[in-house]
Amino acid sequence: MKFPRLLRLALLLLPLTGALLLAGCHRDALPFKLTNISGHMPDLQFQLTDDNGKAVSAADYRGKVLLLYFGYTHCPDVCPLTLAQLHVALQKLGKPGDDVRILFVSVDPARDTPAVLHAYVNAFDKRAVGLTGSPRAIEALSKRYRSAFTREPSGKDGNYEVTHSSAIYVFDRDGRARVLSTPGTPQDDLVHDLQLLLGTGTSA
Amino acid sequence: MKRIVLPLLFAGLLVAGLAHAATGHVTASHAWIRVLPGALPAGAYVVLRNDGDAPVALTAAGSPAYGEAMLHESSRAGGVSRMTMVDALAIPAHGTQVLAPGGYHLMLMDAKQPVRPGDTVRITLKFDDGSTLPVDFIARPANALDDRG
Repeated sequence: MKFPRLLRLALLLLPLTGALLLAGCHRDALPFKLTNISGHMPDLQFQLTDDNGKAVSAADYRGKVLLLYFGYTHCPDVCPLTLAQLHVALQKLGKPGDDVRILFVSVDPARDTPAVLHAYVNAFDKRAVGLTGSPRAIEALSKRYRSAFTREPSGKDGNYEVTHSSAIYVFDRDGRARVLSTPGTPQDDLVHDLQLLLGTGTSA
Repeated sequence: MKRIVLPLLFAGLLVAGLAHAATGHVTASHAWIRVLPGALPAGAYVVLRNDGDAPVALTAAGSPAYGEAMLHESSRAGGVSRMTMVDALAIPAHGTQVLAPGGYHLMLMDAKQPVRPGDTVRITLKFDDGSTLPVDFIARPANALDDRG
């Protein structure tokens, strides 16, 4: 008679124990809606130049939740659409959204000077940062996240397109890769996951 | 005075009527341009409706406001964004064809003078039956999602 009672108590305590366990390793247990890449992609690391012409590294953005996206300013359709969607997602977050930065990394450093990038990213959102740098530095960052880009042959007028990865990599405040978003995923899922990430770690 | 104006007005209506007939029954709505800073190329979007009994294809576009307007398609196959030229975009008989962000669009290059949000830009669409359709596109800010929001 005594034993089942103990068992019942243990059963009652089980969810609590589970909750404590979850709290202990909450980094891997956040109920993300997007593709969870926690532990599968390296921490953010780069040496680039921001849209004010300043040399920056990943450490300069510690404390912010980051959205990393590769694109180029001469891309008239998909890049602006993606940045406009990210802007709307940040608007939906309200005030906490100010702790998010969109890192727009140019895969076309030949044309994307800091000045061009500055005007471009600010046309979408004040929390967007344009990053450019040497082809080698950009390639290193792109390869780090198994992203790819290819410059297509130039047209007769010298213009060219760049084929690039459409993924958006989301990092937590500690620079750890957490979820992967694509322009096709529901916006509310991104907003949901950003809210989860904004509620964790220490604010800068 | 009245005598002269009235026939002129009538002639004008007649010409307008003929022009409409020559478009192959294609009408346009939700026409807008996403304006980007500086001299960057812009994307233009529109919904085309064909009320005719035969399919019509959009083959070209031109505007005095831009040096060049090209018909493109964005695709996202395999997680990769790429842009390809489109020679002809069919609008089915009694159907619609949508040019929208992330898909078919007109790429506008070499703006003759800066286009600002709120401006109206006339773009003439050309179809494979030889007809043309002038459409007024509303310029929207970079971070707009469509012709309204």
